[in-house]
Amino acid sequence: MASMEISQSLTKTTGTSISKRLKKQHRPAEKLIQGFLFLCGAISILTTVGIVFELGKEAWLFFRTPGVDLVDFFTTTTWQPSIGKFGVLPLVNATLMTTVFAMLIALPLGLAAAIFLSEYASHKARSILKPILEILAGVPTVVYGYFALNFMTPLLRSIFGESNVQIYNTLSAGMVMGIMILPLVSSMSEDALSAVPRSLREAAYGLGATRFETAIKVVLPAAFSGIIAAFIIGISRAIGETMIVAVAAGSGPAFTFNPFKGAETMTGYIARISGGDLAYDTPDYNSIFAIGLLLFAITLMLNILSRRLVARYREVYE
Amino acid sequence: MNHDPFANTAHNRDASGLARRHRTGKTWQAIFFSSTVIGLLALLALLATVLDKSFSYVAIEYKVEPASLAAKPLDELTDAELVNLLEANLSKNRLRTLDRAKTLTQRTHSDLLNLVYENILEPRALASYSISQWITNSQQIRAEVAKKYPHARLEFRAWINGNFLIDPLSGDPLLAGVRTALLGSLYLIAITIAVAFPIGVGSAIYLEEYADKKKWYNRIIQTNIDNLAGVPSIVYGILGLAIFVRTLAPITSGAFLGNADSNGRTILSAGMTMALLILPVLIINSQEAIRAVPNSLRQASYGLGATKWQTIWNHVLPSALPGILTGTILAISRAIGETAPLIIVGAATFITSDPSGPFSKFTALPIQIYNWTTRPQEVYRNIAAAAILVLLISLLSLNAAAILLRNRFSRRHA
Repeated sequence: MASMEISQSLTKTTGTSISKRLKKQHRPAEKLIQGFLFLCGAISILTTVGIVFELGKEAWLFFRTPGVDLVDFFTTTTWQPSIGKFGVLPLVNATLMTTVFAMLIALPLGLAAAIFLSEYASHKARSILKPILEILAGVPTVVYGYFALNFMTPLLRSIFGESNVQIYNTLSAGMVMGIMILPLVSSMSEDALSAVPRSLREAAYGLGATRFETAIKVVLPAAFSGIIAAFIIGISRAIGETMIVAVAAGSGPAFTFNPFKGAETMTGYIARISGGDLAYDTPDYNSIFAIGLLLFAITLMLNILSRRLVARYREVYE
Repeated sequence: MNHDPFANTAHNRDASGLARRHRTGKTWQAIFFSSTVIGLLALLALLATVLDKSFSYVAIEYKVEPASLAAKPLDELTDAELVNLLEANLSKNRLRTLDRAKTLTQRTHSDLLNLVYENILEPRALASYSISQWITNSQQIRAEVAKKYPHARLEFRAWINGNFLIDPLSGDPLLAGVRTALLGSLYLIAITIAVAFPIGVGSAIYLEEYADKKKWYNRIIQTNIDNLAGVPSIVYGILGLAIFVRTLAPITSGAFLGNADSNGRTILSAGMTMALLILPVLIINSQEAIRAVPNSLRQASYGLGATKWQTIWNHVLPSALPGILTGTILAISRAIGETAPLIIVGAATFITSDPSGPFSKFTALPIQIYNWTTRPQEVYRNIAAAAILVLLISLLSLNAAAILLRNRFSRRHA
């Protein structure tokens, strides 16, 4: 009797408390944590907003400065703030030149290295070569600048003659930049090549294609969008690269197509002008924002384009 | 009577075609292989250049010949003998200033030795020849130095040495060290980690564990982070200049704490700029680590009645931690080598005092490398090379730590 009573009372009490506990409880602390984590994520949005707003605001002030004209900015070829000439073309031209030289090195070498690593290399060879390329990607850019000035420039001068090649020149900076970008291009291209399904290769071998023919005629076209994406990212990296050009490409804007002459790039100009204490609200100060905005816009467009292309090959094969 | 079916012409043509195709294949394989090797050679050339320049023969001219000061080599003298030397050769005023800065008898041996060099010997580096130059034509160099600098002596010098690490910056390349820059870099990294790590891991947790991928704002956050990872570092520098250095100057200069003699160009501003710079990479790396945690772990935790946060804090994070740390180390090693944003936010180019706190002016290792590299004199190239070695060695050890962590991590989950 007594034991039954006890068990009855037990079921009574625990029964209510269980049903109570099974109800979803309000946990303010959990909500608070979630809110905090959301704020952390939102900081990245704030960063973008900050970039667009600050760069836009100061660039706006720059174009409102007397003597600065939006059309002249994009069409004239003299950049001399001291005499009120603000034509961005010499800086853009130098940026394009170093980028082209960089891509002339990084594009063929990077793609060839990717094909070798993905289609030819044995497991062992790949495990040695890949980390070496990764080390190359981890070297700080200022060290590449040093390398350009102390290795590449003397090399170019000994080949083409000291009288032809200036100490600071866009070719040397561009070539070293190509070496810097090479691992990026090769690793992204290799990802794209490796994503091509094995069945495609097997089918090509089955039809009697050699390894080279399979790589070039089957795998490469299948990975094409990924490879283009790698090139575009490479270009974007080259355009935004600062230290190599600041050290080795020369200071002082010059509108020249001669690769052996010095010319200042957009990033090089920003770095030179802002070294030391730059006074606020001067045309110099505002101009780095205008050029920064241009830089941001170009690289952002390239990056978005590249991500679209990567998404496309992912969609097809994964 | 030879009826070999393979002897007909059509087959021959095929066979030669196949041989040709294989030859083409072999040629291209060689081309692909050598392209890969070029990357390796570039790395070797880079290291060789830096090593070559960090050891050199220097033509040094002393104001007073070291041999005329003492019978023994200077570094074998005792502290008392060095003090005597200083007292014998310096003016009373100069001695008093030195003594007031720090009592002479209490100074360390290397400190005293430096004083003797700086104040009595006053060496000047006139020219410098890297090891490779020396090996290829040492005779010519000897002759040139003897002709151009008759009073100078050629001395071998390893630019990277113990003193180089502990000496402060100096206008004289022979005496300059990287302590100031090294401390600046350490401070900078400490602030960067303190700001970026919690925010980065927090964002990653939000995106992986909480965010509903169908909601537009969550998709925007993710896309935005991916795009920010590709923004050139110099743009972050400009952002830091506008926001941390200028707009938030009352905070970043320490003015709100009564620190009057400073503007916004402080370690704090630089550290926060750097934090923004590495955030996208840190978030993406942490997201990958969190994604790699098997879902069964979460289900088990929920099954035992744990709340969402309890599950994340007690189970997901501990098992993702090695991956998160690896990703953080890789992001940090990027921050250590970054130069451009520091130039923009105004790292001081010449500063000899150690950073004293988050509100002090500073210089950093890559900034020093940049400044020394852009000097025209050869000796500055030498100290730049030595500083590059210091930078590369610290980066290499960081990356080795990351690889060790990763290996341990992957073994546990395998």
